[in-house]
Amino acid sequence: MKILYFAWLRERLDRDGDEIDVPDDVSTVAELMDFLAERDEGFALATQKRQSIRAAVDEELVEHSASIRGARTVALFPPMTGG
Amino acid sequence: MRMRLQAEPFDPGAESNSFLARAKGAGASVTFTGLVRSTPDDPVEELTLEHYPELAQRQLEKLASEAVARFGLIDADIIHRFGTLRPGEPIVQVMTLAPHRHSAFEGASFIMDTLKTDAPFWKKERRADGEDWVEARASDDEAAARWWD
Repeated sequence: MKILYFAWLRERLDRDGDEIDVPDDVSTVAELMDFLAERDEGFALATQKRQSIRAAVDEELVEHSASIRGARTVALFPPMTGG
Repeated sequence: MRMRLQAEPFDPGAESNSFLARAKGAGASVTFTGLVRSTPDDPVEELTLEHYPELAQRQLEKLASEAVARFGLIDADIIHRFGTLRPGEPIVQVMTLAPHRHSAFEGASFIMDTLKTDAPFWKKERRADGEDWVEARASDDEAAARWWD
């Protein structure tokens, strides 16, 4: 699965994405964030405030409870500040 | 509906005129232009806009379609820049076309309020003392939420 990072999350992780094998029991955005935090301390630190991270699954904005099953791309990023 | 994401500057007046030239049977049009803000009290040297291209294009299309359906617009266009911008430069332009003024105003307002919180752009400002990501504001969340009450 392709994971994308944007804005300050990208800067704090010092990379714009990861390509990872996600175990079968990781089925939601929230579980994916737990999984990423367990394998990478930097990710755990950068995403301590979970409510400040938003997500998109296959180019669709979603809540943390959304399923990631079968997804190709999950993007994680701070609240948006466009316009 | 035309959505455009671009790094290059655009001419707000020329964009508005070409949008109006496509007007058929409309009685009202609203053009909103958002600019890079820099004031003497809080001078900003440069603004960088990061974006997620695929999702940004999709979200702008979604917001414009929603505005057309909800307010009975005849048409709606959005132009949004990314990359590095200087103070005073246009960042975004929203243009609506409607039978009457209320729907044209409301449609443009709805698009801007929801774009602020639901379109994947992130602003970083450079000042004399360094760079900082712009934080999302509660007032922007409230402005977007009022459309769903």
